[in-house]
Amino acid sequence: MTEPLLSVRGLTVEFPTRHGILTAVEDIDLDIMPGEVLGMVGESGAGKSMTGNAIIGLIEPPGRIARGEVLLKGQRIDNLPPDEMRAIRGRRIGMIFQDPLTSLNPLYRISDQLVETIRTHLPLSRDAALKRAIGLLDDVGIPDAARRIDDYPHQFSGGMRQRVVIALALCAEPDLVIADEPTTALDVSVQAQIIEVMKQLCAERGAAILLVTHDMGVIAETADRVAVMYAGRIAEIGPVRDVIKHAMHPYTAGLMGAIPRLGENLDRLSQIPGAMPRLSAIPQGCAFNPRCPRVMDRCRVDRPGLLEPVPGRRVACWLYPEEAQA
Amino acid sequence: MSGPLLDVRNLSRRFDVSKPWLNRKIEGLERLYVKAVDDVSFTVNRGETFALVGESGSGKSTIARLIVGLLKPTAGEIFFDGQSLAKGLNGAEARRLRRRFQMIFQDPLASLNPRWRVTDIIAEPLRVFEGGMADRERRLRVGELLTLVGLSPEDGVKFPHQFSGGQRQRIAIARALAARPEFIVCDEPTSALDVSVQAQILNLMKDLQREFGLTYVFISHNLQVVRHMSDQIGVLYLGRLAEVNSAAGLFAAPRHPYTRMLLDAVPDIEMTGRGRRKVEGEIPSPLSPPPGCTFHPRCPLANDRCRREVPHLRAGVACHAVEEGRVPA
Ligand SMILES: Nc1ncnc2c1ncn2[C@@H]1O[C@H](COP(=O)(O)OP(=O)(O)O)[C@@H](O)[C@H]1O
Ligand SMILES: Nc1ncnc2c1ncn2[C@@H]1O[C@H](COP(=O)(O)OP(=O)(O)O)[C@@H](O)[C@H]1O
Ligand code: SF4
Ligand code: SF4
Ligand SMILES: [Mg+2]
Ligand SMILES: [Mg+2]
Repeated sequence: MTEPLLSVRGLTVEFPTRHGILTAVEDIDLDIMPGEVLGMVGESGAGKSMTGNAIIGLIEPPGRIARGEVLLKGQRIDNLPPDEMRAIRGRRIGMIFQDPLTSLNPLYRISDQLVETIRTHLPLSRDAALKRAIGLLDDVGIPDAARRIDDYPHQFSGGMRQRVVIALALCAEPDLVIADEPTTALDVSVQAQIIEVMKQLCAERGAAILLVTHDMGVIAETADRVAVMYAGRIAEIGPVRDVIKHAMHPYTAGLMGAIPRLGENLDRLSQIPGAMPRLSAIPQGCAFNPRCPRVMDRCRVDRPGLLEPVPGRRVACWLYPEEAQA
Repeated sequence: MSGPLLDVRNLSRRFDVSKPWLNRKIEGLERLYVKAVDDVSFTVNRGETFALVGESGSGKSTIARLIVGLLKPTAGEIFFDGQSLAKGLNGAEARRLRRRFQMIFQDPLASLNPRWRVTDIIAEPLRVFEGGMADRERRLRVGELLTLVGLSPEDGVKFPHQFSGGQRQRIAIARALAARPEFIVCDEPTSALDVSVQAQILNLMKDLQREFGLTYVFISHNLQVVRHMSDQIGVLYLGRLAEVNSAAGLFAAPRHPYTRMLLDAVPDIEMTGRGRRKVEGEIPSPLSPPPGCTFHPRCPLANDRCRREVPHLRAGVACHAVEEGRVPA
């Protein structure tokens, strides 16, 4: 069996505050295989960005990784010194954020930023780097790339800017791209194009993607597997088609029922009562228990772990007996 | 009474986005206008929901603000229950009309006064429109309204920041309902909310519509939400209506090439693998829209006529190819 490209084990991120320690992300376990697209979906505050940021060592202090480890091709990267981590970001892990200006400096020409990033990570001459940069802009669908490369970020539309960011994320041929809500700020017609470009270019280069989004539609279009996050934990994780069509966790089922569809017109959407709890008020036992239509006594006391009741599908819910575990 | 509740005729609104006078003189520039809304006509039947859908900058919010009188049209007219809103109504008349319609915005926090208690926020329209109401009666009415939108009367003593986004939208809805309006313009009411909260608010809005016979103009960029909420739909592109049809008709048989492209862009969450055409191009700058049909640079069916001549809405579609029978089924 091939080895996972990325393994996350028991990852827990904490924030000390005046009112005590808040656990933003707890006990995250996941693997990403080479070339795989893993979606991470959940409502705002579920801990998606925090998980992505922890993987690339970008947790802002006083936040910190309290427990767990992150392994890239079997090598631990969560405890590396800052300069070594910086070398991994960009070179081995590319990043795409919701706001392109997180990655692009508005004061520099696109050419300067691409060439600098390429030369930081790869032993190329300026000319060779520039040639590579133009090729990349062409690949991401920027028309007239050789000329546009000397423009500044503000001279591009939002969609074109996000294409530039994709080029920047891919310019050192990383093994993994972490994309955090890459299309959330874009109109639907532009979103469709950006998803297509990102998926295609990563596939051509064999780069895996961790795609973080609140939008289950984007996941359905893009991901091979999906992790559904709730209140800082993984509720369930499995092949995207299985999770979407046959959710195992009651939260996933509720979420799917709450999404209006093009294909059918129901009079009412199914509705999960209440809202996701704040970090300071996560209920005891299963974090979803106050909203769960299938809650049992045990759910209010014990927290369910992520078990594998069906091969390839893991779910954190007491509905699925432990003994069914493979 | 018969006839549509709202009748929007040839509505246009442009914004002057010129540089200041001195810069124009020095740099030799012309005045610059954005046609935010251009010759838009539609009617809304009583008790129904008319949705306006379009990508950002297509003129949705401008139309909303024109309808409720927050903006004046550059041209065109709006009739509410047969009465023109543009013609200067006298004080009492304007007031009578105004209490019959309300608006809900995307960001409830921006539309709720942060220093007021929820009770006072919801009671405000009552003070304006039912000045004679006794304090006690008003408090009771606020309690009723809070219950109606799924909050509790005790929530009235709190301030807006003490609520979640979804609860704040409930407060905005309670305030909109206070003066018992017939008609509500909703501008992206759930776009800032998570899907599980969105479902709660959409269900609530449908329940209230049924209970009080409300008429909605419902604005959204989200086609799935629009499909779920509306009876009639108008698709906007760069300030003009591309297509108007019943919700069922529009989704079963989209006719305008832009409507088709928009539908093809919606992620296939059911994973049906339905065949879809690739989306091409981006929305051009509204400062210098293409001549003729503004969609022509992205349209697979564009021809010379499209590059010259603006298509007008005929039988619900503004497209030369549809009119000429050139659109494949
Ligand atoms: N600097 C911070 N200090 C304390 N809590 C934080 C900080 N940043 C984020 N959080 C909290 O961590 C949780 C997870 O946030 P995040 O990962 O951004 O969620 P998501 O990306 O799923 O919307 C949220 O409850 C958020 O409020
Ligand atoms: N007050 C204003 N001044 C100048 N331009 C405006 C103003 N309001 C809106 N616009 C422009 O009008 C167009 C339509 O905007 P809007 O109605 O807000 O669209 P939507 O709500 O569909 O995103 C956009 O090009 C926008 O930039
Ligand atoms: S563990 Fe219990 S409360 Fe939690 S999702 Fe499963 S059934 Fe519901
Ligand atoms: S009028 Fe012409 S360019 Fe415009 S949508 Fe129809 S076919 Fe396309
Ligand atoms: Mg996030
Ligand atoms: Mg708007």
